[in-house]
Amino acid sequence: MSKKTVTQDGKPSEMEKIKDESHYLRGSLVESFADPITASIPDADTKLLKFHGSYMQDDRDIRQERKQQKLEPAYQFMVRVRLPGGVATPEQWLVMDDLANQYGNGTLKLTTRQTFQMHGILKWNMKKSIQAMDSVLMDSLAACGDVNRNVMCNANPYQSDIHAEVHRWAKRLSDDLLPRTRAYHEIWLDEEKVLDRKEEEIEPMYGPHYLPRKFKIGVAVPPSNDVDIFSQDLGFIAILEDGKLQGFNVAVGGGMGMTHGDTSTYPQLSRIIGFCPPEQIVDVAEKIITIQRDYGNRSERKNARFKYTIDRRGLDWVRNELHSRLGYELEESRSYHFDHNGDRYGWVKGDGKWHLTLFIQNGRIVDTEDYQIMTGLREIAKVHHGDFRLTPNQNLIIANVSEEKKAEIDELVASYGLTDGKQNSALRRNSMACVAFPTCGLAMAEAERYLPSLIDKIEEIVDEAGLREEEIVIRMSGCPNSCSRPTLGEIAFIGKAPGKYNMYMGAGFVGDRLSKLYKENIGEEEILASLKPILVNYAKEKEENEHFGDYVIRAGYVEEVRSGLDFHS
Amino acid sequence: MQFQVVNSPFDQEQTELLNRLLPTLSETQKIWLSGYLSVPGVAEAAASTEAVVSSTEEAFTENEPKTREITILYGSHTGNSQALAESFFERLESEKYHVTLSSLDDFKPKSLKKVEDLLFITSTHGDGDPPDNALSFYDFIQSKRAPELNGLRFSVLSLGDSSYEFFCQTGKDFDRRFEELGATRIYPRVDCDLDFEEPAEEWFEGVMHVLSDAPSKGESSPSKKSSETSLTYSRTNPFKAEILENINLNGRGSNKETRHLELDLEGSNLVYEPGDSLGIYPENDTNLVLQLIEEMNWDPNSKVTVNKQGDVQSLQEALTKTYEVTSLTKPLLKKIAELTKSTELLRMVEAEGEELKTYIYGRDLIDLVRDYGPWEIAAAEFVKVLRKIPVRLYSIASSPKASEDEVHLTIGALRYDAHGRARTGVCSGQCAERSQPGDTLPVFVQRNENFRLPDNPDTPVIMIGAGTGVAPYRAFLQEREEIGASGDTWLFFGEQHFVTDFLYQVEWQKWLKGGVLTRMDVAFSRDAEEKVYVQHRMRERSKEIFEWLEKGAHVYVCGDEKYMAKDVHIALVNILEQQGGLSESEAEAYLADLRNAKRYQRDVY
Repeated sequence: MSKKTVTQDGKPSEMEKIKDESHYLRGSLVESFADPITASIPDADTKLLKFHGSYMQDDRDIRQERKQQKLEPAYQFMVRVRLPGGVATPEQWLVMDDLANQYGNGTLKLTTRQTFQMHGILKWNMKKSIQAMDSVLMDSLAACGDVNRNVMCNANPYQSDIHAEVHRWAKRLSDDLLPRTRAYHEIWLDEEKVLDRKEEEIEPMYGPHYLPRKFKIGVAVPPSNDVDIFSQDLGFIAILEDGKLQGFNVAVGGGMGMTHGDTSTYPQLSRIIGFCPPEQIVDVAEKIITIQRDYGNRSERKNARFKYTIDRRGLDWVRNELHSRLGYELEESRSYHFDHNGDRYGWVKGDGKWHLTLFIQNGRIVDTEDYQIMTGLREIAKVHHGDFRLTPNQNLIIANVSEEKKAEIDELVASYGLTDGKQNSALRRNSMACVAFPTCGLAMAEAERYLPSLIDKIEEIVDEAGLREEEIVIRMSGCPNSCSRPTLGEIAFIGKAPGKYNMYMGAGFVGDRLSKLYKENIGEEEILASLKPILVNYAKEKEENEHFGDYVIRAGYVEEVRSGLDFHS
Repeated sequence: MQFQVVNSPFDQEQTELLNRLLPTLSETQKIWLSGYLSVPGVAEAAASTEAVVSSTEEAFTENEPKTREITILYGSHTGNSQALAESFFERLESEKYHVTLSSLDDFKPKSLKKVEDLLFITSTHGDGDPPDNALSFYDFIQSKRAPELNGLRFSVLSLGDSSYEFFCQTGKDFDRRFEELGATRIYPRVDCDLDFEEPAEEWFEGVMHVLSDAPSKGESSPSKKSSETSLTYSRTNPFKAEILENINLNGRGSNKETRHLELDLEGSNLVYEPGDSLGIYPENDTNLVLQLIEEMNWDPNSKVTVNKQGDVQSLQEALTKTYEVTSLTKPLLKKIAELTKSTELLRMVEAEGEELKTYIYGRDLIDLVRDYGPWEIAAAEFVKVLRKIPVRLYSIASSPKASEDEVHLTIGALRYDAHGRARTGVCSGQCAERSQPGDTLPVFVQRNENFRLPDNPDTPVIMIGAGTGVAPYRAFLQEREEIGASGDTWLFFGEQHFVTDFLYQVEWQKWLKGGVLTRMDVAFSRDAEEKVYVQHRMRERSKEIFEWLEKGAHVYVCGDEKYMAKDVHIALVNILEQQGGLSESEAEAYLADLRNAKRYQRDVY
C-alpha cells in the first residue's frame, strides 16, 4: 500500500527523498543534536524535525549583525505543542510557563490553531523541554510536518457539555491520526530502540512517505465558527438537535496558504460533501487522509495541499473515492448556521460552571513593565481547578470555574489588570496576527509586532467614524502562508516586504467567504489613506446589521470571491 | 726577565733562542743591539729577520680578540629578551668579536663549563616564574648537577614588569646562582621594567666597557644601529598601521567584549609568521589624563622633557602618549613618596607591608595623587619618575599568506570597577572605545620562536585556547589552509556562552567542513549548571589525546596563565598517567621532553 506513492505529477520533490531516507522520521537527528559546534542542525534534519513539532529558526533581528561578528545566526528552536482543541490543565500551563522562562524567550504564544508555541529554545535544551512536557502528558509529535496537525475544536463556553463531547472526538481524531513511528519517543524520551518491524506495522496509515503536505482538521460547533472551519483541509461541523450531538457535516479542501506571484496557488474554502454520525468520524478522517496520501502532488509542494487535489479532480471524484474506501456512503449534509468566527469575551455561565474569556493581544503571553499577564496567568494556574482553553483567535478561556472559586480568580484578574478586552475597540478585539519577525523564517514583513500599532491608527479613524463597537475582523500575516488566516479577515494584510503589505477586503464575517486583493504592496501611509474613506463611507452607508466585509462588495470596492479559483481573477 | 710565548710576540723556537742568548750578553752588547735593530734599513738588509717580525705582527692583531669568547644566552617568552639578544649578537659580530647566541632550551647545560664570558638575558613570567624556554635550564642550574663555574665571567640583564610582586625574579635567581657556582660578575645585573630599551642599552654598553679595552667600540654601535632602523619599522620605530576593521566578536547579551582588529601593513615591509605577536604603543584615555592634570593643578600645555635626547612634549601629550598613568608599582611609589608633602605615603612605602600591596592593586595615578596630597611639584619633575607607557603585545590572529598586507588581532576589552571608579584597560579600551577604521596605531612585529607550527605540515597539531587565546590558532589554520598542510588538527576552545562568545565561530565551522580543522571541542562554562572548561573536555578525550601525542602531535596552549594554562597542564599530566600508565613525575618528564623538543609550546599571559 505504501509503495503506491503516486508520482503522476512528476519527479518527487526533495522532501519526499528526505522522508524516504529518514527511517521513519529519525534521520540524523540524534547526531545533529549532539553536535556542539553549531546551534543549528542540517537542512534535511530541520525538515524531519517538523514532524516532531519543532522548527529551527533564528533571531532575524540580529542575523546581519551576527554575520559581521563572525558568529553563526542565533539559531534556536520553536516548539509547538500538540494540544487537541486547545485544552490544557493548570498543571500543563505551569509547565509551559516554566519552560518558556527557563529555556525559551520568556514568552508563550497562543497560536491560531489553539496551541502553545515556545520560541528561542536552544538546541541543547530541546530534549529537556520535551521531557518536561512529557511529564505532564503533553507532546509535540506531529504538531508540524506532512501529517495531520493539531486538531482544532470550538472553544465554546456557552454549551460546555457539548463542548466536552465534541472535544473528546477532536482528541480521538488527534490520537488516532498520529504517526505510529517511535522516532519521537526514542529521540526525545530515551525510549529504547525497537528492532525493525514490518513497514505496515510501523506506519499503517501514513506509510513511509507520510502525506504530500501538511493536513489540518477542525471541528466547529455552530453558531460559532471560531475554528474557521472552511479554512481546514478537513472540517467537521457539529450538528446539534435538541441539545444533543447528532453527528458532523464533512467539509473538505480548505486551506489558506499561497505563494506571492504564483496564481496556481490560492486560498480556498472547503466544501461540504455530506454528514456522518459521531462514531464514523475517525474512519471518515482516516480515509480522506489516505486519499490525499495517494493522490496529493508529491512533486510540487506548493500545489500539494488537499485543496489542489480536490480542485484538480472535482468534488464528485473525492466523494466517490471516499465512499469506495469507506464501504458506505456519507449521509446528506444537515443544515446549520454560523453567526461569527470571533470570540465572545468576559464571564459566562454554562453547565453550572463559570468561564472567563480573556483578550490576549495576538496570543502573546509576556510580562511587560505595565502589564504582568504572564505572572497573572501563572498565579491563576496555581489556584485554578478547571482548565484553560486556547481559542482559535489566540485568546484564552479560564474555563470550568466553580461558583466558589470565581471570586478568587476575579481577584487575581483584577490585581494583574487582566482584561476581557472590552475597553478596546471591537476592531482590536477581532484582530489576529501571526508571529512573523523576528523568529519566523518565512516572514516577509512584521505581523504580531506591528499590527497593534497599526490598529492604534485605524482606531482613530474608526472612532471618528463612530464604529468603535462595530465588529470588524482584521488580520495580518507576515507572509502568504497565512497562519493568521488573513484571507478570512474582512480587512487583511499579507506581508510582501518589510513595511509593505498586500491589502485584502471582503471576507465573510462568519468565515464563509474569502477576501479579495484591494491594493498591492502598500505601506502604512497608504493603508490608512485607503481605509479611511471606506470606513467613513461604511459608517454612513451601512445597512442594518451589514458587516464590513459585505459592505465593501456591495459598494464595489472589491469583487466577491465565490471560490478560491477566482481569488486571483 | 724571561721571555714567554704568552707575554711576547715570539714563537717557541725564538723564545728559546732568546732566552739562551740574552743572559750571556753584557750591558754594552744589549745597548748596541737595541740601537742596531732600531735603525731603519737594517731590517731590509736582514731579510730573514724581517720575515719573522712581520709574521709575528700579523699573529698579534689576529690573536688579541680571541683571548675570550662571548656567549649570549636568553630566556624569552614574548620575544623581548630574544630580540635584545639578537641585536647584541649582531653588534658584537660586526665588531669582530667571537660570539655565539642561543636560546636557553637550545643550549646544552653541560656546555656551560666551557663558556668564558656569558651575557645572560632573561625575562620573568607570571609570578616570578622563568619563561617556558628557560624552564629546563633553570631547573638544571638550580640543581646539584650544576657544575662549578670558576672560570666563568658573567653579567645578567633581567626583564620584567614592576607591577608584579616578583619583579625580575628569574634574572635575580640566575644572577645569584652563577655567583654561588663560583662565576665572576663582571658587571652588575640590570633589572628592566616594561620600558626596557634604555636600561638594556646602558647594561650592554657597561658590559662592553669591561670586556673591551676600547670603550669607543661601544659608542660606534648605536649610531650604526639608528641609521639602520630609519629604513625599517621596528620596536623603536613603529609603523603607523591603519585600522581597516574593528568589530566586536561577542554577540548581544555577552559579558565580554572582544575586538577583532584588521590593520593595514601595506608599505611597512613588516614580516610576521603565525605565532608572532604584534606590539602596539597605546595611548592613555584623554579624559583620565585631563583629570590627573586638573587634580595636580598643572597646565596641560606646559612643556616637559620626555627622554635623554631632550625631546619635548606638552604635558598632556606626554601623559597621553609617553608615560604610564594607569598602574602603580612599588618602585614608582618609592620615588613619588619623595615628592609629596604627605608623610603618610612614605610611611606606607617604607613599611613595605600588605598595606602597600593592597593599595597598589587596582589603583592608578589619579587615585594616588588624590589620596596622598598635597602636591607642590612641577609637572616636569613629576613625570621624570613615571614609567614609560608599556607596549602591549597581542598574539597575531592572521597568517600573512591568507591576509596579505594585513595583520589581525583579537583583543579582549578589559573593564572593571575598582575603588569606586569604572576602569578600562589602556590598549583594549583604546581599541574598543577610541579607535575607528581609518585611525592608525603604532605597531611592530614581535617574533615569537616559542610558538611555531611544526616544520613538517604532516605533523598533527593540538591547539588549546580559551577566550582571546584562540587568536594564534586562527593564524595557524589560515596558514595551514594556504600551504595545504595535511596533518590533523584539533582545537579546544573555551568561553562563557555558546550563543554570544563563540569567537570566530563561522570560521572554525568552515575549516571543520573543509578538513583544515579535523576536530573541535568546545567548553562553555556558563551554559550548564556545572561549569565546564577546556581541561574537562580534554579529560573526556584522554584516549584520543594520548594517541595524538604518541603520534607526534605538537601541543599548543594559549590564553590565561593562572586559571587555564595551569589546569591544562595538570590535565595533560593526568592524561599521561591514565593513558600512558606513567607516574606523575614520569608524566612531568614526558611533558618536559615535549617542551624541549618544541612539541609543547605555550603563549600564556
